[in-house]
Amino acid sequence: MLRHRIRLLCFASLASVALAASVAPAAAADAYDPWPGLVQDIFNNRPMNDGSDVIGIEMPARAEDAAIVPVTLRTKLSPGDNRRIKTITLVIDQNPAPMAAKFTLGPDANVTEISTRVRVNNYTDVHAVAELSDGKLYVTKVYVKASGGCSAPAVKDAEEAKNRLGQMRYRQFARPEQGPASNIREAQIMIGHPNNSGLQMDQVTHLYIPAFFINEVQLWQDDSPVLAMEGGISISEDPNIRFTYVSNGAKHFRAEAKDTDGHVFQHEWNADASGT
Amino acid sequence: MAHGISVIALLLMLGASTIARAQEPELPVSEVAPGIFVHIGVTALMTRENEGAIANVGFIVGDSAVAVIDTGGSVREGRQLLAAVRKHTDKPIRYVINTHAHPDHSFGNAAFVDPGASFVGHKNLPRALTMRGQFYLDGFRRTMGDALIDEVRLVSPTVLVEDTLKLDLGGRSLTLKAWPPAHSDNDLTVFDERTKTLFAGDLVFLTHIPVVDGSLKGWLDALDELAAIPAERVVPGHGAVSKWPAALADERRYLNALAADVRALIASGKPITVAAETAAASERSRWQLFDDYNARNATAAFSEMEWE
Ligand SMILES: [Zn+2]
Repeated sequence: MLRHRIRLLCFASLASVALAASVAPAAAADAYDPWPGLVQDIFNNRPMNDGSDVIGIEMPARAEDAAIVPVTLRTKLSPGDNRRIKTITLVIDQNPAPMAAKFTLGPDANVTEISTRVRVNNYTDVHAVAELSDGKLYVTKVYVKASGGCSAPAVKDAEEAKNRLGQMRYRQFARPEQGPASNIREAQIMIGHPNNSGLQMDQVTHLYIPAFFINEVQLWQDDSPVLAMEGGISISEDPNIRFTYVSNGAKHFRAEAKDTDGHVFQHEWNADASGT
Repeated sequence: MAHGISVIALLLMLGASTIARAQEPELPVSEVAPGIFVHIGVTALMTRENEGAIANVGFIVGDSAVAVIDTGGSVREGRQLLAAVRKHTDKPIRYVINTHAHPDHSFGNAAFVDPGASFVGHKNLPRALTMRGQFYLDGFRRTMGDALIDEVRLVSPTVLVEDTLKLDLGGRSLTLKAWPPAHSDNDLTVFDERTKTLFAGDLVFLTHIPVVDGSLKGWLDALDELAAIPAERVVPGHGAVSKWPAALADERRYLNALAADVRALIASGKPITVAAETAAASERSRWQLFDDYNARNATAAFSEMEWE
């Protein structure tokens, strides 16, 4: 009888300790919305206009693999609209480094679709903020659930990621609407890079593993800018950008990427071919 | 009454954990071969209700010592496994082997921390724990709750396996092998020479859909070498103890289907999102937890195969 009561008390006390220690932060995390702070930090508190007619974000409702979550940004401006999208900033609110990427669209490239892959650490809003040629910011958002199971926003095969460092691939895709006369193109650039976040602590040395990631990508057709990306650690390993643009008849497609260690990776391809 | 309360207080001061440990029920295990004990995990995601006990865990008893192979998905499961060890033998636990870093296999490590026990793992295991550990703790707090996660400690191995390593339990030799990236980039298998039993960790799945978290190509490459291990039975990471190497057939079929579908999608210029929706769809009825993991496997495989 006494033994039975001890057990109950133990359970009760352990449970209450655990409850006291945990409920507050968990509840706070759910209630806390980082977006207003992010608007201040990233956009200098500039007014945000409804962007649902300007830009769309496509992401799976649940991050299947925390390390590789596909995201597509699609412009929604009607052909008659005389405004142009200058930049699109992708923000993953609950990630350790929320600003995932800022894309700058080439003034003459008419980029209408950009797909890349990001890390998603948590249940989070994902915002896309478009800056238009009218000087205003337009925002839209989706909500993404974190992945379950044992996936993590970390490199899967660390050796292979090192081996691929600096490799670049370029590919042209056939678009369904792309007749012989069409100059709409869809292309993809892949850059081999581990994109380490620098947020993990070495358990032995208790030092943070240094951040090491691609922070700048620029793409041109001949000398005309198509697309540029300022990247952060929320971009998946081996950064991958697939995008549409309008060909200006250029013979060459050129890419330059820089990382946080000062490496510069450059490559040039025949514009209509695919290659490494 | 007052007397009773003071006894209770004294016992509480002695340490709630000691009492909890003594009261932990034994994890049900069965002796699948002489001296080899296995608990078969439930085929499910880790939850508060199942206390993370979804992976197969076990132990091998030699003439002088015991090796524990994987510790389960919570310290509570680890303590229950420890209780099961103690029910069957009083020999000391000399080795605690983690087949890889995934939380369902390693969250129970803290239950086995002891000056006489060495933790053993793949040479890449410490790095994997470093890169992923905190994320796992945060993530599983959501699904398993604070009570189970608060006591989890990431315990890194001190004995690292570069290629192969033999451990002696007293008249009983275990061969550990560290594999190139396959299920994860830190997969380790344990082969018991005496009974020809292979603990394959998550290099082998049955019933539970295989999960690709390392390299699909590496995993496919490893299958033949795995099949050549002269084992009579396998303890997979998930699923029933089975005849070897016949146990590999389902997994081989799934991984080949996934690779073939993903390669075809890449060749035809389809985006990664289409792979998540369609790759390996032919396998859907053959596995449990297909909808929880297949899209993820396809996503990971796509981003790997694109570099071929
Ligand atoms: Zn695993």
